[in-house]
Amino acid sequence: MPEQQQTPARPPFWNDPRIRSIGFQCIALLGVVAFGLYLLHNTQTNLQQRGIASGFGFLSSPAGFGIIQHLLPYSESDSYGRVFWVGLFNTLLVSALGIFLATLLGFIIGIARLSKNWLVAKLAMAYIEVFRNIPLLLQIFFWYFAVLRAMPAPRQSFNLGDVLFLNLRGLYVPAPVFETGFWVVLVALLAAVAATVILHRWARRRQELTGKRFPVVATSLGLVLGLPGLAFAAAGFPLSWEYPELQGFNFQGGLVVIPELAALLAALSIYTAAFIAEIVRAGIQAVSHGQTEAAYSLGLRPSYTLRLVVIPQALRVIIPPLTSQYLNLTKNSSLAAAIGYPDLVSIFAGTVLNQTGQAIEVIAITMAVYLTISLLISLLMNWYNRRVALVER
Amino acid sequence: MKQHHGFAATTAALVLLTAASVAHAGATLEGVKKKGFVQCGVSDGLPGFSFADDKGNFAGIDVDVCRAIAAAVFGDATKVKYTALTAKERFTALQSGEIDVLSRNTTWTSSRDSTLGLNFGAVTYYDGQGFLVNKKLGVKNAKELSGATVCIQAGTTTELNLADYFRANKMKYTPIAYDKSDESAKAMESGRCDLLTSDQSQLYAQRIKLAKPDDYIVLPEVISKEPLAPAVRHGDDEWLDVVKWTQFAMLNAEELGINSKNVDEMLKSTNPDVKRLLGVEGDKGKDLGLPNDWVVKIVKQVGNYDEIFERNLGQGSPLKIKRGLNALWSQGGLQYSPPVR
Repeated sequence: MPEQQQTPARPPFWNDPRIRSIGFQCIALLGVVAFGLYLLHNTQTNLQQRGIASGFGFLSSPAGFGIIQHLLPYSESDSYGRVFWVGLFNTLLVSALGIFLATLLGFIIGIARLSKNWLVAKLAMAYIEVFRNIPLLLQIFFWYFAVLRAMPAPRQSFNLGDVLFLNLRGLYVPAPVFETGFWVVLVALLAAVAATVILHRWARRRQELTGKRFPVVATSLGLVLGLPGLAFAAAGFPLSWEYPELQGFNFQGGLVVIPELAALLAALSIYTAAFIAEIVRAGIQAVSHGQTEAAYSLGLRPSYTLRLVVIPQALRVIIPPLTSQYLNLTKNSSLAAAIGYPDLVSIFAGTVLNQTGQAIEVIAITMAVYLTISLLISLLMNWYNRRVALVER
Repeated sequence: MKQHHGFAATTAALVLLTAASVAHAGATLEGVKKKGFVQCGVSDGLPGFSFADDKGNFAGIDVDVCRAIAAAVFGDATKVKYTALTAKERFTALQSGEIDVLSRNTTWTSSRDSTLGLNFGAVTYYDGQGFLVNKKLGVKNAKELSGATVCIQAGTTTELNLADYFRANKMKYTPIAYDKSDESAKAMESGRCDLLTSDQSQLYAQRIKLAKPDDYIVLPEVISKEPLAPAVRHGDDEWLDVVKWTQFAMLNAEELGINSKNVDEMLKSTNPDVKRLLGVEGDKGKDLGLPNDWVVKIVKQVGNYDEIFERNLGQGSPLKIKRGLNALWSQGGLQYSPPVR
């Protein structure tokens, strides 16, 4: 008797694992949505009952308070919406500068940590262990209260050639005043940058085809510095400087780097650099020593070995954790509130919230902004990561 | 089994969050009586108003308002728990129900009364904004302050008045806003800013905390009206009445000459006003949802308005602030209480 193929009887649908799984997920989703709606409704009713204003209308009412540092034009009669942008730009300023400095410092320390020179390696290690293990807030306080508060009063400023003044109100530097015709220099700069990019591509293609190298770095430097320089001279030097001057209580005129920014920036970059240094060290050590030996045996000099063999392979290990350090730095910049630096959290989620009382709207906006900034950094770094990742051929 | 885990987690979250969101139901007075203490929001460190001593005990006129409320509700002025709040945190703490009453040198303004969803009790202290400067600057009045760097506390009416004042007088200034008033004072002391601006009472309080108080003066100008009053949540009239009448009771007691020392004798008084106030006649306490001897407890344990003023701000304190605007109406001041009747 031929063996009959037994098709198992289809189980009833409530016992079908696939349908059950979908069913449970639907119930869970419904639950979450219902709960969200309940929360929303609950909040609205409570706000109404207590007579607390809601909605986003407050963004257009006048703020009425001053802000010490604003990259955008701002006065007391501007709106809360404007305060938001002022705060956002201050956050972006300290984050961008912090990321730049932390990366620079981190790479230097990370490479120094692997140096064959005993003193350099140990100094780098000491740096990492000290700054990585002290809470960031304490470091901010250290820079702000211990270092920058010890500066002299305006009248006793450190004076560098009547141009730079350093006192406990900040670092005063001359401000450039652009006169008519300065646009020529900007155009020249743009042209130089464009030419550099084209040159770089051309040189690379030529090297791939013929193996001949072209001194790209030197030529680019010459282009980027020389071309705007020539244009500047040709246009008759359309730039003058406004020097800071002691008038009454303070220095007037010029640009000022306030100590709140300096302290926050110093603490953020030094703290984050310690982590970046460890990431860089790990990345370099992840490249097997055989690669270096192979490069040496091909006759590559140590500097070329590092640049052409080790770093490209190390980067694919470095980039992902580096991204999270950048995100950390950006989010840590909200500690600004502790020393009165007017960042987004300090002036928008702090002062504006307090003046308007609209906690839910203000906090929601602030969280959305940090989420957006973080996701953007993440996207950018992921894109870069894909570019430097190893591609198998 | 993956979906089961997800489901369990969701359910757990649901239960947690729902439980957390039902905490605000019920009137405040009932809630306070049930939990057995008043949760009072006070300043994080302002001598004369609320200041913790080295044992962690709070003292000050704002603290005494809290104690008086506890005395009125429970007959025991110690049944208070304090939450120290910065200027920035205070309104959210009240709105969210974290505290029952905010007694924290808070200026009564229209927007706080309306859009912030608060109601204010009676004015504890009539204040006005002034400037504290180092004598070395040689400034004699506020009109000479153009170009100055000014330290302020973030999220206060002070910040707004300052901007208005300099704008109205066409003067320039640089503001630095710190979260805590102590930080602003320290910043001025170190020279980060030229002057400190705040309510005058606060300036006197900050001044005695400086290393060399005598090097600093409070300028004569008062640039704003700052009526400081305790606040409660909007929409709870019973609780507002309790807070308001606790303050009025202390004023009435001062007016009628009742103080913590003579309150027991005063119970035998024949004056009908005194009899009503102390609950010997009538049910004024019961009408407010309080025991009838509420005023006796307040005055005995905390004192009348004169006593709490002098003890915290006046001659009995290092601040030595005169009653001034805060004298009774019958003595040329603004403190005027509706009658208990």
